[in-house]
Amino acid sequence: MGVCVCVCVCVCVCVCVCVLMCVCVNGCVCVCVCACVRACVRVFTRHQVLRISAKDELQLSALRDLEALDHLQLDIWIGVRDVSTPVDIRVPAFSLSTVKSHLDYYEIQYSIMIRDLQVALDEEAEEMDAATRDVEPRNTDAFDYSRYHTIEEIYNFQDMLVSENPNLVSKIVIGRSYEGRPINVLKFSTGGTSRPAIWLDTGIHSREWVTQASGTWFAKNIVDTYGKDQVLTAILDKMDIFLEIVTNPDGFAYTHSKNRMWRKTRKPNPGSSCVGVDPNRNWDAGFGGAGASSSPCSETYRGPSANSESEVKAIVDFVKSHGNMKAFVSIHAYSQMLLFPYGFTKSPARDHGELNELAKKAITNLASLYGTRYRYGSIINTIYQASGGTIDWTYDQGIKYSYTFELRDTGRYGFILPANQILPTAKETWLALMTIMDHSSRNSY
Amino acid sequence: MSPALMRVLRVVVLLSAVRGAPLATVTLPPVILEPVPLEPVPVPSEPVRVDSGADQNISIPINTEQQQQQQQQVSLDVDVMLTGELNPNHYPARRAAQVVLHHLNTRYGSPYWWGALRQVHKATAEALGDSGRKYSLEVTLQDQISGTKETCTAEVVFPGGPAGGPPQVTTSYEGKSEINTQAQEEALYNQYNTSQNLLSGHNLPDSYGHVAPGMEPFWHLGGVASSFVMLKESSENTLYNMAQVVSVTQLATENNQLRFNYDVLLHEMVSQEIIHWKLLASWSPQEGVKASQMELLPKCHHCEPPQEH
Repeated sequence: MGVCVCVCVCVCVCVCVCVLMCVCVNGCVCVCVCACVRACVRVFTRHQVLRISAKDELQLSALRDLEALDHLQLDIWIGVRDVSTPVDIRVPAFSLSTVKSHLDYYEIQYSIMIRDLQVALDEEAEEMDAATRDVEPRNTDAFDYSRYHTIEEIYNFQDMLVSENPNLVSKIVIGRSYEGRPINVLKFSTGGTSRPAIWLDTGIHSREWVTQASGTWFAKNIVDTYGKDQVLTAILDKMDIFLEIVTNPDGFAYTHSKNRMWRKTRKPNPGSSCVGVDPNRNWDAGFGGAGASSSPCSETYRGPSANSESEVKAIVDFVKSHGNMKAFVSIHAYSQMLLFPYGFTKSPARDHGELNELAKKAITNLASLYGTRYRYGSIINTIYQASGGTIDWTYDQGIKYSYTFELRDTGRYGFILPANQILPTAKETWLALMTIMDHSSRNSY
Repeated sequence: MSPALMRVLRVVVLLSAVRGAPLATVTLPPVILEPVPLEPVPVPSEPVRVDSGADQNISIPINTEQQQQQQQQVSLDVDVMLTGELNPNHYPARRAAQVVLHHLNTRYGSPYWWGALRQVHKATAEALGDSGRKYSLEVTLQDQISGTKETCTAEVVFPGGPAGGPPQVTTSYEGKSEINTQAQEEALYNQYNTSQNLLSGHNLPDSYGHVAPGMEPFWHLGGVASSFVMLKESSENTLYNMAQVVSVTQLATENNQLRFNYDVLLHEMVSQEIIHWKLLASWSPQEGVKASQMELLPKCHHCEPPQEH
């Protein structure tokens, strides 16, 4: 065996450390192993990659002159060859104006292939991470609560949560959506029969994505903190919690596949080309009155009759047959408000005083986490007149603690709230929910 | 006795009391317009549906016409506009205050300054007869980019008459206190003025709320330019926000103004509609933002916008 000399060349995408390993095998064949340790430094911020097309020798010569200027620190990706081959050059931010002036002076055509290389790299890295994350999580600890999910992912999450916590969580299918999707409700219970219960729902308006995302976190948070959080444990030892995360499944699927701004159900309206009914105008409370539209093309279309939507009827039937709901919270976004009945009339609810005081307490607790400011009051005073609304119906059913939330934000992002706000929103909202649930638990009626 | 049973008894009593009359009658309580008292007010609510278990709804037979009349009574009372001191957290003051922000954005907005309503401190409204209604407000606004807050007073006049017309706004606001946006504005202006290659982008933010860092100024600019539309479209019955920039396409610079064709989605809170507008935005650090060629695009019911996620 002789002495072997190995030469390896390693190429990595970022400026990073390359570890080379050369192994000499019999007969001096080199085997190279390259491992790039991606300790990437942000060196490409505002660098642009230009694709340059020279049309004649004069322009080609001008380009070669440019390449020769070392102080510009140009990085030639595809070099100057001939007039038919474009030249690709990475230009550092500090050289951009010089290069572009040079190109403009010679009237050399170019396009900006990559407007900010670091952004492109970051996005690619994010996609690569996401690709690994997109592999289905094997348990609810591996589920990423700080991202938005599809209906399939949320439904899988629900099943995993149940199978991981069979003594605390069960899933009830309370009905089917218009397009036949199951309407799932998670029941959190420590036992008993027909205990007084709290209802939470998210996603009744499908475009309000932070609500379904928060609902998912609420579910996990309940199982994680039962037995550890005194207040929650006390509540669950007396009451059951029902949580419907995807209250408008067809609409939610539609916001993923076709129209991010879809609000209503997806039921066609006979005689109209417009689809869908506003599920928060379809309840039997002031139905037909001002505060909802009679036009199928409207975002606040009440529907042909109260409870015409299976998504609404499923909850109505469930609540009525349960018969022992003590609190009902329907969660929407955006505007940062905590609202209570009524929406269809200016007449104050019989319990206006108590509901108002409790709302004030709840939003004070909400604000304690990140300082997020909420307004509160009856629907009709605080936001607008709305008829056929969920909590007007639940309140008139005798469910005193009927509330609607409008979560973050106040309009900057609106419905398309960035995912990095999901966890802060869910956590602060939970403090308000706990206030309401705790109060219901201590004030039986 | 359960609440449900109480209601049944009450209904039975009512029905039997009007024997001989074809249908039962229930009087609506007087609608209260002033700030609501904190003590619970005993109020007979709307006829309550009586349900026996999971069976059918037993609804109290009410004359449909009468019901419509009662509901009309309610809606008429709601339509009566409040005057005098307003609750600053209720919607009438908030809608007027939002109009102030639209106005300020048209005057002071830029790719690096985009104002939003933070709080309404005080609000009053008065009727001006045929000339419409005037709101006087004290508000705190906040630049959504730097977070800087400022308080000012403002007056908003919503013109009267069927023709309507855009609201007229005056404020005590004197301009942005921080001047450091000037450098950023100049840099952005120069970057996009000298280049032969014109900017284009779409879905700002995208479905996940994401905006590429290089595109943020054009998202802000879209918001500011949309304020021209939102201002002229506002009334006491609307509350506008810009929901999304569908697309932005740069045009050649003209008269030293950078110019961009914008396609935007506006969210109108009261109707909950997503309204599609096109406009031409022009901007320079010296001239600020101007919007022209504003065009409402019809709501397309059966065609789906190409949504990239």
